[in-house]
Amino acid sequence: MITVNHYLLLSAILFAIGTLGVLTRKNAIVVFMCIEVMLNAVNLTFVALSRHVGNMDGQIFVFFVMTVAAAEAAVGLALIIAFYRNRESIDVDDFNMLKW
Amino acid sequence: MYSNLWLIPFFPLLGAIVNGLFGKKIKNEAVIGGIATLLMFLSFLVAVQNFFRLLGDTEKVHEIVLASWMTVGNLQVNWELLLDPLSAVMILVVTGVGTLIHLYSIGYMHGETGYYRFFSYLNLFAFSMLMLVLGGNALVMFIGWEGVGLCSYLLIGYYYEKKSASDAAKKAFVVNRIGDFGFLCGLFILFWALAGKGVWTINFVEIANNAHLLETGGALITVITLAFFLGATGKSAQIPLFTWLPDAMEGPTPVSALIHAATMVTAGIYMIGRMNILFAMAPSTMMTIAIIGAATAFLAATIGLAQNDIKRVLAYSTVSQLGYMFLAMGVGAFSAGIFHLMTHAFFKACLFLGSGSVIHAMHHAYHHAHLHDDPQDMRNMGGLRSKMPITFWTFLLSTIAIAGVPFFSGFFSKDEILWWSFGSTAGHPIFWVVAVCVAGMTAFYMFRLVFMTFFGAQRTDARAKDHIPESPWTITVPLIILAFLAVVGGYVGVPEVLGGSNNFGNFLAPVFGHAQELHHLSAHGSHAVEYTLIALSVSIALIGIYLAWLMYLKNPELPARFTAKFASAYRFVFNKWYIDELYDFMFVNPCKKLGTFLWRAFDVKVVDGLVNGCAWVCKGLGAGLRYTQTGYMYNYAMAMVVGVVVIVGFYVFS
Repeated sequence: MITVNHYLLLSAILFAIGTLGVLTRKNAIVVFMCIEVMLNAVNLTFVALSRHVGNMDGQIFVFFVMTVAAAEAAVGLALIIAFYRNRESIDVDDFNMLKW
Repeated sequence: MYSNLWLIPFFPLLGAIVNGLFGKKIKNEAVIGGIATLLMFLSFLVAVQNFFRLLGDTEKVHEIVLASWMTVGNLQVNWELLLDPLSAVMILVVTGVGTLIHLYSIGYMHGETGYYRFFSYLNLFAFSMLMLVLGGNALVMFIGWEGVGLCSYLLIGYYYEKKSASDAAKKAFVVNRIGDFGFLCGLFILFWALAGKGVWTINFVEIANNAHLLETGGALITVITLAFFLGATGKSAQIPLFTWLPDAMEGPTPVSALIHAATMVTAGIYMIGRMNILFAMAPSTMMTIAIIGAATAFLAATIGLAQNDIKRVLAYSTVSQLGYMFLAMGVGAFSAGIFHLMTHAFFKACLFLGSGSVIHAMHHAYHHAHLHDDPQDMRNMGGLRSKMPITFWTFLLSTIAIAGVPFFSGFFSKDEILWWSFGSTAGHPIFWVVAVCVAGMTAFYMFRLVFMTFFGAQRTDARAKDHIPESPWTITVPLIILAFLAVVGGYVGVPEVLGGSNNFGNFLAPVFGHAQELHHLSAHGSHAVEYTLIALSVSIALIGIYLAWLMYLKNPELPARFTAKFASAYRFVFNKWYIDELYDFMFVNPCKKLGTFLWRAFDVKVVDGLVNGCAWVCKGLGAGLRYTQTGYMYNYAMAMVVGVVVIVGFYVFS
């Protein structure tokens, strides 16, 4: 039987994969894709628990999350383009102007 | 009635301030010196007025409170002055001799740079000394006590560019300070002891009235009086703190006369006289004082026998005579001690000023002849009596006085001390024996000085010897006045055994009589014994004079043969019994080593180490912490993730 625990576990694994990606990947766009993965993992959690509890609140919240994800992706990509224009590179190691 | 008493210390203070602040602008020497001398003279006039008022007064003890100083709990300390026969005598001596020395200095210090500085300090000294003797409580006295120490330092180091002078000044101040520590300890313990009995005071009259609350002869009173006596040894150059006085001769001669003959060094004697009730209650301390006084008198006299510098001889003579005064205080002869203080002030000041006159003249002669011989060395002198008659006669009269020849002032005061040291209840014949030996030595070395300086062949370099002038009136007039006092000053204290009525002793009786009665301090013995003792001491003095004549006038080659025969004894005595070297070994060098150690090991390593260490720790922390701000985004992201995990984990597992 597929219980709610399976969904939660899947969601956790997806979140971990996303986090690892954010921390280790070199390409800035891949980092953003991993952020999307994290957000979708959270969406999955919300939906699974909503079905489990019997309440529609979780699924409604997913809409908000998706909206925010979309907006954030747009802004993030704009940032990357601005950065590329400056640095000719989107390697995250090159984003070091905050360094001492 | 005595409300103008405060003017006595105030006038010299005013002089010190005026000369100190404006002296550099008033370039006129006569004005500077005139202001200083005039103010001292005014002080003297007020002192005379108050003295005569006191003479006619039946009540002899007067306290004048000027202002309140501090009130701490039960203790009330005021700015107050005390006029009684003892302080009256002291103010007359200080202002009188002081005025004459100020007058003398006008001529003597002529042409010196810093002329105004000298008079400013001299007046400041007079102010401090007058506060000391007029002080109504121990703190006011202590202000004066410290002040005279300070002025002594300033004046000894007057020629501060000369290393030996500044060293001597430092030595004087440091040695004095050790004594001051003793004074303070004594004061604190006394205050605490009286407070324990419910009496909260440091006022002299109240201390005297309440002294009976302390146990006579007990450990407490002995410690208190010994501590005060330590202060006295520092100020009055007794064993063990006398080494500063001979070095203090680096200062100008008027300084030696005023501070180191007539006034500051007498502060210790005065202090014992002021607190005589306490001292009389502690027989062990009195014995200590007498022993140290006699020992110092002997030690200094032996050293004085061998010195060649005219001022050094006089300096050791001062230490020796102070030993006499302490001996007197130690055997209970308080008024005899003060009497000798007064006569000593007269003849010693005259002797020092006279030596100054000689040195001044010799200096003038050497300057004229472009020579660099020592103007103070007696071996360069001789036969000066025809060239400097007034100086010679005044010097001779004072020398006769100090030798204790009858009818001069020194005879009366010295003999009273000798009699008491023999016959007092606190005395002992051995004190008399030592004192008489010292008297003989005193007569010898003083007349040696006179014969070497004023008589015999002129040993001065031929190019200089015809240019030795007699000194101007500002120098000779004080000499004449002081010599006159040295001759007649003793007649106020002629003892009964010689037909007098001992006016001086009777005048001071209200101050000392109580203690003397209470503790049975009196000189007992028949008149026959007294006459015998007088005859013996006079003969010893005459023998001393004869020996000096024999060795320095009749057979001048005798001294050289004598020193050759007793070479090591001579060296021992000439080198001041090697006491300076002993102190260097025992105290000065260890102190210096401690200072160097504290500098190298403690100051540099520990203190600097601590401060530098703090800075080093901050730097280290900073170096460690800067890795949290790498500027790399993924580091920050990692930090966030780790933080989230920790917090969630905390909630999940708590």
